[in-house]
Amino acid sequence: MTTRPVRFYQVGSFAVGNRLLDDDERTIQAKASRTNSIDCGHRACQGCGEALGARYALDAAMRASNGQLVAVNATGCLEVFSTPYPETSWRIAWLHSLFGNAPAVATGVAAAMRVKGKADVRVVAQGGDGGTVDIGFGCLSGMFERNDDVLYICYDNEGYMNTGVQRSAATPPAARTATTDVVGPEPGNTFGQGKDLPRIAMAHDVAYVATATVADLHDLERKVERAMEFRGARYLHILVPCPLGWGSASNDTIHIARLAKETGLFPVFEAEHGLVTSVSPIRRRTPVEDYLSAQRRYAHLFGKHPRPDVIKRIQAIADANIARYGLLNDEDDFATATQ
Amino acid sequence: METPFAITLNVGTSRMNHTGSWRVERPVYVDRLPPCNDGCPAGENIQGWLYEAESGHYEAAWRKLVEENPLPAVMGRICFHPCETACNRVQVDEAVGINAVERFLGDLAIENNWSLAPAARDSGKRVLVVGAGPAGLSATYHLRRLGHQVRLVDSAPCLGGMMRYGIPAYRLPRKVLDAEIARIIALGVEVELDHRIRDIERERNDGHFDAVFLAVGAQLGRRVNIPAGDSSRVLDAVSFLHQVADDNPPSIGRRVVVYGGGDTALDAARTARRLGATDAVIVYRRNQEKMPAHGEELEQALGEGVTMRWLSTVNSFEGDHLVLEKMRLNGDGFPEPTGEFEELGADSLLLALGQDTDLSLLNKASEVEVLDGVVQVQATMMTGERGVFAGGDVVPADRTATVAIGHGKKAARGIDAYVNGRTLDGVKRHELATFERLNTWYYSDAPRTSRPELERARRQSNFDEVVGGLNEENALFEARRCLSCGNCFECDNCYGVCPDNAVLKLGGPLRFEVDLDFCKGCGICVTECPCGAIDMVPERI
Repeated sequence: MTTRPVRFYQVGSFAVGNRLLDDDERTIQAKASRTNSIDCGHRACQGCGEALGARYALDAAMRASNGQLVAVNATGCLEVFSTPYPETSWRIAWLHSLFGNAPAVATGVAAAMRVKGKADVRVVAQGGDGGTVDIGFGCLSGMFERNDDVLYICYDNEGYMNTGVQRSAATPPAARTATTDVVGPEPGNTFGQGKDLPRIAMAHDVAYVATATVADLHDLERKVERAMEFRGARYLHILVPCPLGWGSASNDTIHIARLAKETGLFPVFEAEHGLVTSVSPIRRRTPVEDYLSAQRRYAHLFGKHPRPDVIKRIQAIADANIARYGLLNDEDDFATATQ
Repeated sequence: METPFAITLNVGTSRMNHTGSWRVERPVYVDRLPPCNDGCPAGENIQGWLYEAESGHYEAAWRKLVEENPLPAVMGRICFHPCETACNRVQVDEAVGINAVERFLGDLAIENNWSLAPAARDSGKRVLVVGAGPAGLSATYHLRRLGHQVRLVDSAPCLGGMMRYGIPAYRLPRKVLDAEIARIIALGVEVELDHRIRDIERERNDGHFDAVFLAVGAQLGRRVNIPAGDSSRVLDAVSFLHQVADDNPPSIGRRVVVYGGGDTALDAARTARRLGATDAVIVYRRNQEKMPAHGEELEQALGEGVTMRWLSTVNSFEGDHLVLEKMRLNGDGFPEPTGEFEELGADSLLLALGQDTDLSLLNKASEVEVLDGVVQVQATMMTGERGVFAGGDVVPADRTATVAIGHGKKAARGIDAYVNGRTLDGVKRHELATFERLNTWYYSDAPRTSRPELERARRQSNFDEVVGGLNEENALFEARRCLSCGNCFECDNCYGVCPDNAVLKLGGPLRFEVDLDFCKGCGICVTECPCGAIDMVPERI
């Protein structure tokens, strides 16, 4: 378990930067010299978590690779909103092929660099949850299995958003999507299905697997940097709230991501060679209602005909995550967290 | 244009796409009034000087502080810090120890002999300041800063007023007071001590003063008629404290009873303990909840062995004991007699039942309006008589040194406007930075640093200072606990959290700017601003 000492009393280490911090203790995003891998003018919705997550991760990867980076993109929101022909928002070497083959294309790029003797050029592949857990899953599993030298980053917004909010295997239980409507005794997405890709990646025994959210930038950047220290296949899963598909307010994107972590619904951890090496403990424990009620995709659980039974099942998922990963430091912390 | 087969457009940057047109609301950087500044009776820019102190720029912090208040080392000791009561951090853990940091800065200034900025060019106007307490000294300082000549008159042999003759040395060491007063006088002030003014109008005309500031305080201890035997020793607490300050303490015996429930009562009881009283008992007619004295002082007094007799009044003094009548609070919280009596052994009785002003220097024909023993003033601190201003304990307000310092500053501004024939415009205040506007997630937990207190045993017998100061390390820690409510402190959050790279970092004190060509108006920057320094404003469509 890594704990960072509190060096900073005014804003701890939670804010993006601070005038009183040494330059190397601020995030990359605090610097005017950051790459801005994805530029202004992209067509993501207001408050898009994925645009934010992509800039956070790629700017960090650019720094870790001294700017020697190739990004391969699966089809998805990120690709669609960043490159409507003839515009592009990418300020880095960027390549798009198909929905399902990004891991395979990235494997090819890595092989090409090896053949050309360019060991310094690093490869990142990225996609949304659809391209990762559903359509590109076979290629990704192969990439893991062959241990190709690629960092794969999944921006998880829990559905197919730009095509009109359809369910993916990363859509959480009870969530409303266009294909999991709120009808019948169990409205929304079903319980007990879907894929937990970080754990599947760990089962492949790859060198490095981590999860992160756009709510903790220091943590996210550190994980990208750590991932770039390894060679071989690595996997980073970033939760990126989607105001459109989740029905959340555009200004709440980071707040929602923070709640996902603080409720225990999205465990934030890292693992090396199949073993969990650190978790981000919950700081202010929050009941799942706070997270769910801020999103219209869960509106059917509240209101005139509330479903406390469903909420209870979701809380049980959060509690199981907390137990599985040890997300509470100890009893004392729990006491202060729930005050 | 060379393009590949079937391609008609050249690839270009998405910057061609001005997404700012999507926006219906825009983020606007604002500055709000922090609650500490709002709560400070002396009008200090507390957050402003904490900002400098956070960076370790202590001299800059001190300079910002003395722009409003020339007595930081004094106030860092005796102020009852309403700023800390108002502090938003109370709702996170504990208030920022503003008072302790103020004292640290004040002491550092004395240690390093920092001097005040020199007076402005001579305006040719002359002002008579009557009374050299906190109000008079504050007015003197601000008048000198504005270039007016000041003659400062006091009836006592030393400057400082109640800060010297009312507040015991264990709360305010005299060398600290002397140092801060000397710094004001060094700006070039004509001082006249041991001079009691009998007729203010004559004094004004004889000296050709353009204006007068009346700050004679409330120096008369209120007396009540308590039947007492010939040998009974009854004193008023104000005179008692004054005599102790003059190094001429009256004999009070071993058993001292103080009658009253204000800060003066506590000061008198604690002073009596230091003069060797074995019993120092405070008799107060109401209960602790209703006591006007400040809780911190009560705590210290109890720690020194002062005892309390709540809900009692003094009926008579019979030579070697007092007869007390027990009281109870009625439904409205007022004390009423119960008819039950008890005895309390006493060698002397100190009356701390409030103070009155001595306004005998006002001419009968004066247009200065006096109501209920206090002088009525306008917002500029001018009385009913043109050119005569008043402040401090002689006007209706809380009778604390901090309020008096604020009055002095206000009066100086009022006088400056008056002698120049201008009217004073009301100061525009920012809207309050409320707690609800903060995003406290970003502030880490950091409990407050308490000031060290002298061991209780040592404290009882001497007049050494009771409350110690912070050192540089914990002063910095304390300053950095400031949440900077309502004003940007350059944490880079808005710059970092924009999904559209539409916040531009201008660097340092220039802060940030929104690039309206690309800002889609999502509002994340507003929600994630720790200190609530960004507003969302609808676009005019």
